[in-house]
Amino acid sequence: MKVLVPVKRVIDYNVKVRVKADQTGVELANVKMSMNPFDEISVEAALRMKEAGQASEVVAVSLGVQQCQETIRTALAMGADRGIHVLHDGELEPLAVAKMLKAIVDKEEPGLVILGKQAIDDDCNQTGQMLAALLGWAQGTFISRLEVGDGELKATREVDGGLETVALKTPAIVTTDLRLNEPRYASLPNIMKAKKKPIDQMSPADLGVDPAPRLETLKVVEPDKREAGVIVADVTELVDKLRNEAKVI
Amino acid sequence: MALDQETLNQLLETVRRYVDERLIPLEEEVARNDAIPDEVSAEMRELGLYGLSIPEEYGGLGLTLEEECLTMFELGRTSPVFRSLIGTNVGIGSQGIVIDGTEEQKQRYLPELASGELVGSFCLTEPDAGSDAVSVRTSAKRDGNGYVLNGTKRFITNSIKAGVLTVMARTDPDNKGSGGVSSFLVDAKSDGITVGPPYQKMGQQGSHVADIFFEDVKVPADAIIGGVEGQGFKTAMKVLERGRVHLSSVCVGLSERLILEAVSYASERKQFGEPIAGFQLIQAMLADSRTESYAARCMTLDAARKYDAGEKVPMEAACCKYYASEMVGRVADRAVQIHGGAGYVSDYPVERFYRDVRLFRIYEGTSQIQQLVIAKNMLRQYAATQ
Repeated sequence: MKVLVPVKRVIDYNVKVRVKADQTGVELANVKMSMNPFDEISVEAALRMKEAGQASEVVAVSLGVQQCQETIRTALAMGADRGIHVLHDGELEPLAVAKMLKAIVDKEEPGLVILGKQAIDDDCNQTGQMLAALLGWAQGTFISRLEVGDGELKATREVDGGLETVALKTPAIVTTDLRLNEPRYASLPNIMKAKKKPIDQMSPADLGVDPAPRLETLKVVEPDKREAGVIVADVTELVDKLRNEAKVI
Repeated sequence: MALDQETLNQLLETVRRYVDERLIPLEEEVARNDAIPDEVSAEMRELGLYGLSIPEEYGGLGLTLEEECLTMFELGRTSPVFRSLIGTNVGIGSQGIVIDGTEEQKQRYLPELASGELVGSFCLTEPDAGSDAVSVRTSAKRDGNGYVLNGTKRFITNSIKAGVLTVMARTDPDNKGSGGVSSFLVDAKSDGITVGPPYQKMGQQGSHVADIFFEDVKVPADAIIGGVEGQGFKTAMKVLERGRVHLSSVCVGLSERLILEAVSYASERKQFGEPIAGFQLIQAMLADSRTESYAARCMTLDAARKYDAGEKVPMEAACCKYYASEMVGRVADRAVQIHGGAGYVSDYPVERFYRDVRLFRIYEGTSQIQQLVIAKNMLRQYAATQ
């Protein structure tokens, strides 16, 4: 079975994100970018399937600016076989991404698409679900465990009440949660070999998708600064403040 | 062949991340247990760190010396014992073969050294031959088709784990100079070899040095590096030239970590109602450390580039090793000073680093030997112009 893994280029999780002065977005100039951590987990899951003989090929896909190729290279260095890059310079919303991924899935015919449950930049948590709907495929979201059987997957989902295990007929979509695995470090020899692995480049038009955003961003602002707290003398004062100042009880 | 910028960036980023996420959190435990966990050495093998300097055709990464130094700036930001684990395979334990070995020797040893399956150690120092390296006493006597080795090697890094030893031994007892010394590749499991107990050291717990005793150890004639007698000392000097630039980059990496520790402590520690980083006497120490660390970084890269361009750099390598090792000693001292009492107790890493860095001024040529090498080269260059 072929496994498709979409990987998104996002601001590195260690970077403190800053809002641009004109409030049009966040500062991206000279900011370190990396693969979305949930997507690393997806790549790792696909690679483990390949190592277990459950996957024949792992294809990494990224959509966006030219530098997305670096993100694809990271997946290739981890062990993915080849890459697909959809070059687009403007903003991309989850629906446009899902439509383009659908077009790629139609062409590549994978048995499984593994996506991160969300990207750490906009935290949308939509692309996997939208892709499943567009394809009419079974989906298992927020998975912390994946068992691959013949024509069927067992995916354990992290839900509010605990864990839920669902059986999915393939082809299927799963989205990964943090506890599914711990992604490997790409080995240095594999980083060097990744350069020789192929990356196909295409445009949204090649896929027949109009990527224009459906939403307009009015402004982006920093969250309010948290104000310093106060130390109260005793419980009576605390209750008094909660009742009369904060008005929460 | 030099890497393209994107691949090099990704390689350095991977090492940086591995150091931040895996090695730095383990530093204290490694020092306390005086051991690097087996899983970490396995990870470092998986990552390919053992093969940094070994050519690609023998299974390594074939990094240029400049690329190797950039990698060491990253790996240097944590306890130096992690570097030491791979250090002999990257440096003195493999480079004799890479630089002067026969094709057969390269094929036999380099792939396993690159993967880390085999650990290499470099055996030059003896009880009576340290800075005076020419007076090697370990003897290699002709015996039929091979040689018989007798002698003691002292303070040998990674000797406990080593599978192959690069051993300097005197093949010509009548030649007391460097021309009487040959370098041998010796299987560490050979009959007659015993490794002593590891020394208790001032710092760098987790890395082990021990003596190796050779008693009638038989080695075949083709164990001589390059197959020619009397070249051993030249091989050793070439290995050390490269190794000195490598070690300088480790000192630079560690100085950058120490500076980070010092800046971060100074920014948080409050005295007289404000962070001590606001005081100019603290700032002066920080600025001196940064300046010297930057100078050492620039020197190291300059020497590495010259080496990669094919120049002989014995003087530059000695300048780098001398300056970088002394520099990191001063930076560690200031870091402890900035921490005050907190720098003298082991709750903060600077206390451990202060002890760890002391070794850099001693091994692979003391500062005093580097000074002599530098001056000797200066005078030789001057004489050549007269």
